[in-house]
Amino acid sequence: METPAKLPPSSPSSPTAGFSVPSAEKVDGFPRRSMRRARQRRSHSSSQFRYQSSQVELTALPLLKDTPVAELHDLFCKKLQQCCVLFDFLDCVADLKGKEIKRAALNELVESLATSRGVLIEPIYPEIIKMISVNIFRTLPPSENPEFDPEEDEPTLEASWPHLQLVYEFFLRFLESADFQPSMAKRYVDQKFVLQLLELFDSEDPREREYLKTILHRVYGKLLGLRAYIRKQINNIFLRFIYETEHFNGVAELLEILGSIINGFALPLKSEHKQFLVRVLIPLHTAKSLSVFHAQLAYCVVQFMEKDATVTEYIIRGLLKFWPKTCTQKEVMFLGEIEEILDVIEPSQFVRVQDSLFKQIAACISSPHFQVAERALYFWNNEYILSLIEENCHVILPLVFGTLYRVSKEHWNQTIVSLIYNVLKTFMEMNSKLFDDLTASYKLEKQKELKRERERLELWRGLEEQQQRRLQSLGEASRNQKNLQDRESPASQF
Amino acid sequence: FHPAAGPSEPKMAGADGDDSLYPIAVLIDELRNEDVQLRLNSIKKLSTIALALGVERTRTELLPFLTDTIYDEDEVLLALAEQLGNFTMLVGGPEYVHCLLPPLESLATVEETVVRDKAVESLRKISQEHSPVDLEVHFEPLVKRLASGDWFTSRTSACGLFSVCYPRVSSTVKAEIRQHFRTLCSDDTPMVRRAAASKLGEFAKVLELDYVKSDIIPLFTALASDEQDSVRLLAVEACVSIATLLPQEDLETLVMPTLRQAAEDKSWRVRYMVADKFSELQKAVGPEITKNDLVPAFQNLLKDCEAEVRAAAANKVKEFCENLPEDGRETIIMTHILPCVKELVSDTNQHVKSALASVIMGLSTILGKDNTIEHLLPLFLAQLKDECPEVRLNIISNLDCVNEVIGIRQLSQSLLPAIVELAEDAKWRVRLAIIEYMPLLAGQLGVEFFDEKLNSLCMAWLVDHVYAIREAATCNLMKLVEKFGAEWAQNTIVPKVLGMANDPNYLHRMTTLFCINALSEACGQEITTKHMLPVVLKMSNDQVANVRFNVAKCLQKIGPVLDNNALQTEVKPVLEKLAADQDMDVKYFAQEAISVLALA
Repeated sequence: METPAKLPPSSPSSPTAGFSVPSAEKVDGFPRRSMRRARQRRSHSSSQFRYQSSQVELTALPLLKDTPVAELHDLFCKKLQQCCVLFDFLDCVADLKGKEIKRAALNELVESLATSRGVLIEPIYPEIIKMISVNIFRTLPPSENPEFDPEEDEPTLEASWPHLQLVYEFFLRFLESADFQPSMAKRYVDQKFVLQLLELFDSEDPREREYLKTILHRVYGKLLGLRAYIRKQINNIFLRFIYETEHFNGVAELLEILGSIINGFALPLKSEHKQFLVRVLIPLHTAKSLSVFHAQLAYCVVQFMEKDATVTEYIIRGLLKFWPKTCTQKEVMFLGEIEEILDVIEPSQFVRVQDSLFKQIAACISSPHFQVAERALYFWNNEYILSLIEENCHVILPLVFGTLYRVSKEHWNQTIVSLIYNVLKTFMEMNSKLFDDLTASYKLEKQKELKRERERLELWRGLEEQQQRRLQSLGEASRNQKNLQDRESPASQF
Repeated sequence: FHPAAGPSEPKMAGADGDDSLYPIAVLIDELRNEDVQLRLNSIKKLSTIALALGVERTRTELLPFLTDTIYDEDEVLLALAEQLGNFTMLVGGPEYVHCLLPPLESLATVEETVVRDKAVESLRKISQEHSPVDLEVHFEPLVKRLASGDWFTSRTSACGLFSVCYPRVSSTVKAEIRQHFRTLCSDDTPMVRRAAASKLGEFAKVLELDYVKSDIIPLFTALASDEQDSVRLLAVEACVSIATLLPQEDLETLVMPTLRQAAEDKSWRVRYMVADKFSELQKAVGPEITKNDLVPAFQNLLKDCEAEVRAAAANKVKEFCENLPEDGRETIIMTHILPCVKELVSDTNQHVKSALASVIMGLSTILGKDNTIEHLLPLFLAQLKDECPEVRLNIISNLDCVNEVIGIRQLSQSLLPAIVELAEDAKWRVRLAIIEYMPLLAGQLGVEFFDEKLNSLCMAWLVDHVYAIREAATCNLMKLVEKFGAEWAQNTIVPKVLGMANDPNYLHRMTTLFCINALSEACGQEITTKHMLPVVLKMSNDQVANVRFNVAKCLQKIGPVLDNNALQTEVKPVLEKLAADQDMDVKYFAQEAISVLALA
């Protein structure tokens, strides 16, 4: 049986950095990101108040706590129905009275779920789910900033949050209530409901996503019949994000939930789960906005490895395949993830990937971007990794030696050079014989490399000359043939 | 390889033996090089390798290698997928083209969309080179395999292949293809349904009309009410093709219910799509349905609660009105469309207003002079005063439409403040945009109005603090001179331009030189020699080196306008002096000018 574990503590919300207007901006007056940010600070949007044609006037009902038990359910239902009325929050002064009545009703509903037992009887379930659906399910509005960058820009906040928050709170209390009966709920919280819930994760409002995360986690935990479906739909969302839109705001939250789900996977891993790792989680690394959810993604990946060490090779080969070519910031993230992986790798698995892995690490060390080189060289400060390197020194040293030797002589950054000296020293202590041999043969290797390069160029020159000749003779052949045809049937020309 | 298309296959094979010096292993090593960049280069020259191997060994050795070892970086796979689409001649012509199917089939199943799409594109291309028999024996089974693949990628690829084989296969196979397409339209994975929905229109076009009605319509209806809006919106696109295929009398029952539903979809993305495709839809459904259904639908879209949708609809206002049936067009516009348009002029969203501003002037030709003056002019004037510069700019950039109908004079009093404000906008891109319309405006407003109101603006741009503006201002002057003539130039702008040669700011002094570069040709020999040349020559003594080397460049530029006498007696000595300048760049450009003008 798979049991979802506790959610890891959520990452601290990103600090809102202060900004200053760069002096260049005063010159051309063209607003940059930082300016836009300031202006968007109080940006609100809502698509909630849309489809309601005639507005109903609300009248306050008696308080739940003053009501005799016999009438409690009836009143509870009436309040739920009241809460189905939606209000226009973009116009902040519209129908203030109605808004207040609904707010109070929602507060009361939340309160009564938390305090009084026995409220949740079967006929209430459809009413509750209806109220929740009416309020939260909506097509999210278009982003006010088409090139919204989750790292740079302030998100557009949901204008109807004063009500929406209470509805989410109510939903959460409902799921967490001691009276909650999954067997009754599953009739109303069905696949269609879950699909709509998942789509809300695209909300730009982080407060909404935070609620959704906890709620979906509870749903996953309590409604066993929906688990496979939820996983499949999350897959679809990720695949669409990776291969179609590159845009989905809730990737980090969904990954956080998955992190705890993976933790509960039964062993041996089902092929569905392995497929999810290889075809969804690993390709997620290619996303442009990786930095927004990398911590959660790396957590999921490491969870998989800890569950089942045999997936290690898939993971490392996958990361190597998608290794960033131009974005050094992402390269540093990849290196961080590799270190997390190496921290828990089994030595038997390490041996299987060390070749390709250390070729990539060598490439990182020779990166002109010092942060990339530095991050790679830090691996040698990690005791466990160092022990793995030592065990396999005979394989790894020849792979990285050339790079270390060359970069130590030509890197522009002194810190890198001194880090490399340390690494070289470590290697020397590990296996001085091999180290000396490699030093001695370094020049020879270089020359061989040059020779191979010359041979390649020679080969291609030959091939291209040959191509020219063939094209010529083909051209002649086709001309001859055409002439022949022309002579045979002069009429068939076109 | 196309020039070589058509040689008979035996001849090529015969030529093989002679110079196939290269063992396949060496070539394959190139395709396996550890360095991705080198591997990529090799793949991009795959045709060279194939040519070296000859058609037979390409078929028997190279292609199997490529099929078996497809696990590489997507970049390499993309190049491979593209190459294989042009490989027919290299495997021995159409007779053997099916050899290319196995590697392309694997490529059509990879995860990366770009690679897969390219593989499908190549497959579509080579499908045309298959004989009908080969198509049934080799190609169609591949499509079937893809359509029933386990992972969604192969099924999405299949969607793009049905329409290329359908017209050329037997009716039994046709029935199978239709069945496969049906299955994919209700696939479990939304990605596949999206792929199917996006090919629905294309597939409908190759089907027999009866099957369009019996097969495509139900699929269309189902996709248009899919649970995911990303699928539903693709059905809108298909709607255009489907409506074009059906006879008018069937549209009402088969297409319109779905289209009406889409125009009122609860997702703004779908409504946006309807708005975006509105002109196409209008053409596809014909005038009657347009009058009865599309007009109210269009009104609703113009009043949509989501700005995105309103902007898309606003963009279509002119086209929609233009394509209305001529009888009753004016009435429809005046009673149904114009009231909505009026509201959009004061929309809260600037994108909506600016979308409208980019097309609204076009209505004047449709509505004629009187209506324009009475109804449209107030709107133009309101938009000319809009707070958003983009809106004003869009109006100004379309002035020519109104000019034809009512003449620009009607607007000139309101135009001027708008232009002046844009000319001084804080954003340099806005200033740049208005400069670009200056010659047009000058032409329409006439020289008097220009001299009186706009000339000073044009001169002010010459000292703008952004280079791009100064550059554009220079170019603008040239166009004005082309319009108003050399005499006008000599009286109005040349003195001012030359005056800047004494400015304390070296950037302004250089602007004089840039202006002369641009103006000399339009002004002609006399003005150039008499007025401009002395100033340029004098500036060769400037203390700033940048000015001096620009003098050299300027002389090189205006040299062809001058007569030989001036060149020899005036230009040459100065250039010689500059060629001995202590600054390296000055020397360089002086020498260049000397050699270009052949003064050495």
